[in-house]
Amino acid sequence: MTISPIVDRRDFLRVIAVAGGGVLFGAYARRLDAAPAGAPLVADPFVPNAFIRIMPDGKVTIIGKNPEGGQGIKTSLPMIIAEELDVDWKMVTVEQAISDQSKYGVQFEGGSLSTPMNYDLMRQIGASARFMLVAAAAKTWGVPDSECTTAHGAVTHAASKRTLPYGKLLATAATITPPEMVPAVNGPPGVSKLALKDPKNFKILGTRVPQVDDKKIVTGKPLFGIDVVVPNMHYAVFEKCAVFGGKVVSANIDRIKAMPGVKAAFVVEGGDALDGLLSGVAIVADSWWHAKTARAQLQITWNEGATAQESSEGYTKRATELSKLPAEKVVRKDGDIDAALKGAAHTAEGAYYYPFISHATLEPQNCTANFKDGKLEIWAPTQMPQPGRQLVSKTMGIAENDITIHLTRIGGGFGRRLKNDYMVEAAWIARQAGLPVKLLWTREDDMHHDHYRQAGYYWLKGGVDAKGALVAWRNHFVMDSVAANQFPARFIPNYQLETSALPHGVPIGALRAPGSNGLAFVIQSFIDELAHAAGKDPLQFRIDLLSQTLVASTGPADARIMDAERMKGVLELVREKSGWGKKKLPKGTGMGVAFHFSHAGYFAEVVQATVSAKGVLKIDKVWVAGDIGRQITNLSGAENQGQGAAIDGISEALGQEITINAGRVVQNNFDSYQLIRMPVAPPVEVHFRLTDNPPTGLGEPALPPVIPALCNAIFEATGKRIRSLPIGTQLNG
Amino acid sequence: MSVSFKVNGKAVTVDAPSDMPLLWVLRDVLDLKGTKFGCGVAQCGACTVHLKGVPVRSCQIPVSSLNGLEITTIEGLSTDGTHPLQIAWQEIDVPQCGYCQAGQIMSAAALLEQKKKPTDADIDQAMGGNICRCATYNRIRKAIHRAADIKNGGASTTAPSGAAK
Ligand code: FES
Ligand code: FES
Repeated sequence: MTISPIVDRRDFLRVIAVAGGGVLFGAYARRLDAAPAGAPLVADPFVPNAFIRIMPDGKVTIIGKNPEGGQGIKTSLPMIIAEELDVDWKMVTVEQAISDQSKYGVQFEGGSLSTPMNYDLMRQIGASARFMLVAAAAKTWGVPDSECTTAHGAVTHAASKRTLPYGKLLATAATITPPEMVPAVNGPPGVSKLALKDPKNFKILGTRVPQVDDKKIVTGKPLFGIDVVVPNMHYAVFEKCAVFGGKVVSANIDRIKAMPGVKAAFVVEGGDALDGLLSGVAIVADSWWHAKTARAQLQITWNEGATAQESSEGYTKRATELSKLPAEKVVRKDGDIDAALKGAAHTAEGAYYYPFISHATLEPQNCTANFKDGKLEIWAPTQMPQPGRQLVSKTMGIAENDITIHLTRIGGGFGRRLKNDYMVEAAWIARQAGLPVKLLWTREDDMHHDHYRQAGYYWLKGGVDAKGALVAWRNHFVMDSVAANQFPARFIPNYQLETSALPHGVPIGALRAPGSNGLAFVIQSFIDELAHAAGKDPLQFRIDLLSQTLVASTGPADARIMDAERMKGVLELVREKSGWGKKKLPKGTGMGVAFHFSHAGYFAEVVQATVSAKGVLKIDKVWVAGDIGRQITNLSGAENQGQGAAIDGISEALGQEITINAGRVVQNNFDSYQLIRMPVAPPVEVHFRLTDNPPTGLGEPALPPVIPALCNAIFEATGKRIRSLPIGTQLNG
Repeated sequence: MSVSFKVNGKAVTVDAPSDMPLLWVLRDVLDLKGTKFGCGVAQCGACTVHLKGVPVRSCQIPVSSLNGLEITTIEGLSTDGTHPLQIAWQEIDVPQCGYCQAGQIMSAAALLEQKKKPTDADIDQAMGGNICRCATYNRIRKAIHRAADIKNGGASTTAPSGAAK
């Protein structure tokens, strides 16, 4: 089918015909501006931006724009479009977008931002298409648009009792002038501004919708980066220096080339950026096993560089020295901390620490690349495709336009794949080997070459007055930096936040709720210490703290500053759901509470834990209460995220630690780096408090509070205060 | 070396290095991508397959020991994705990233062959070798109980793929 183009001189939504007779609704039409009016428009795979494709049989294809790594976005963003398009979810098939920001707007997975950045935009995109279908029906029947309604993928004119399914309206819809666009923040250059559904009429949003890939997952269909196969594909391994950024001096390349199955072996010079292409030796073979077997024979002389003497022990020693010196920086100073501590009725003091940890995504880093005729084609499980393209372009001198990136399903992101080191390695190796190559890291590579969660050291002092109000708080943080208005700043009249830098050679990256995942442990544990010093109930003490008169914010205005009332709301919710203070707990069992605000989400959590006389810890249960605004997109996904985040946080607290010795990571695999397993994972109840605020993301903010809630529960159960993570064997004896 | 064995009921002969683990034979020689690589050292369970109904870590079984064996992978658990575990997993929407889930299901399938109605303790015991990095453990447990119900005659209410309320 060929339909006439819309004569479109503005940035309007456009409709084009696609192969098979469908109509494709996209958001802008820059290329169409250049098309001569009246020229027939046919399927064109290069036409920018399409989110919706409707076929004559009524089947709807919706494009999932962002990378999917288990956060459920490939399901939830299309749900938003389908809601406003007013089709039944069972009519919808979801297709993963490739990386193309000119079509889809910004595409990434990170910062719990996919929902807040796309919620309104996806609604507009669905509503735009619906607008045109309504207009098409109205035109067909010769009635006003306003008399037509939609439901289940059909338009109805109630007065004349006529109904037409969308699939029968495609040709007419293509002749409708699309609704006008307004610029959209962070989205594609423009979307229509239309009346949207009243949320009380939502049929898809807020329900439980299983992930669109569930069936493929449970039947073992290829979906992930590691599953990619391209014609004539070869397999690569890449050995880098165990000391971060170390460089190859020499290697027994000739010996490796003679190993079975090996097609190419070479030194990669690499650069200095730890998240770019590093020095190493690449081996390309006819199977991954051959490449890995050959690698075992590698002999490399390294120049390990300046950080080869570093160790975790050394960092701790240096941090302790720094704690005794005046801080390098006073980040924030409210009131008079020294006088307030002196005048306090009760004080507490504590040194806190949390280690480097690794992302340990279950799918090791990998990427497939093919370089042909000056163009690169890449298949990558990446959370950040566009920065990956830029990195590859810059490193290899290939124009961005000549790099195609296919987004595969991601076997766990957690922030690891915000970096694209594996991508630039695969691309480089494929070009130099002259073969399509799948690069796959071993688990050991993955653990040794992560961009780790930053470690942190804190020295805290605090004081409460005779009435039990928190009046003084001093925090000397040794590592890097922390925001001046980070809680509990503003809530305490005498507050001093100081930092001292501890430079080191370990590559650092964002890990699920970056900053917060460590900070919450420190702040919410120390608040607990002060609650006990004041002789107050720890939950009520927090509510009282959140009710104290605010000190003016200093530093740059932050739109994402915590709203105390919303936090009190989730604290009350978790108080109720967990039966806080109402249960008689046996000896050795305790409940702990904590809250944290991050990624615009409000979470308060309670953990109940039991510690046996021998020091064996059992986590009985977790209650999660969250406020992420007025609408939960997908209740099933949201609950899964909440449960996963809580158990993930517990996993970090119990056993995760990366230690450095001689400049390199000590842990190798899941035997020495312990992730939580079924027998230890507690049941997690997730509750949401809907408040009249814009919907925000959920991948991250449910994680941070569970760690201090657990440590506070352990204190209630045993009287032992955990000030250093992981908990490990601290409870034994 | 050349070995002959059975995968999902089909006889296969492959020529591969004698120390190549079954995991890579499945994935890269036979193009069965459902079985996953997570650690290579029997720590994560992502590579779990059945050897005569017993769950084993395919990353630990070299080609040299494959002759005559009968292997079942996630692709062979059912012909059409209707094993009670596959139904329950979709009903309860267990996966997050999904990478571990084939291994989880294979471990759970072996459990259900042994115990008609596994207890939580049975589940802890049988599933302790399978890591889920996304920590979907609550739902895995629930889905195993649900699959046992389905297997014992409970109604299945699996929703069409890509859509459900
Ligand atoms: S890959 Fe075999 S157990 Fe992890
Ligand atoms: S669902 Fe991601 S590892 Fe289990």
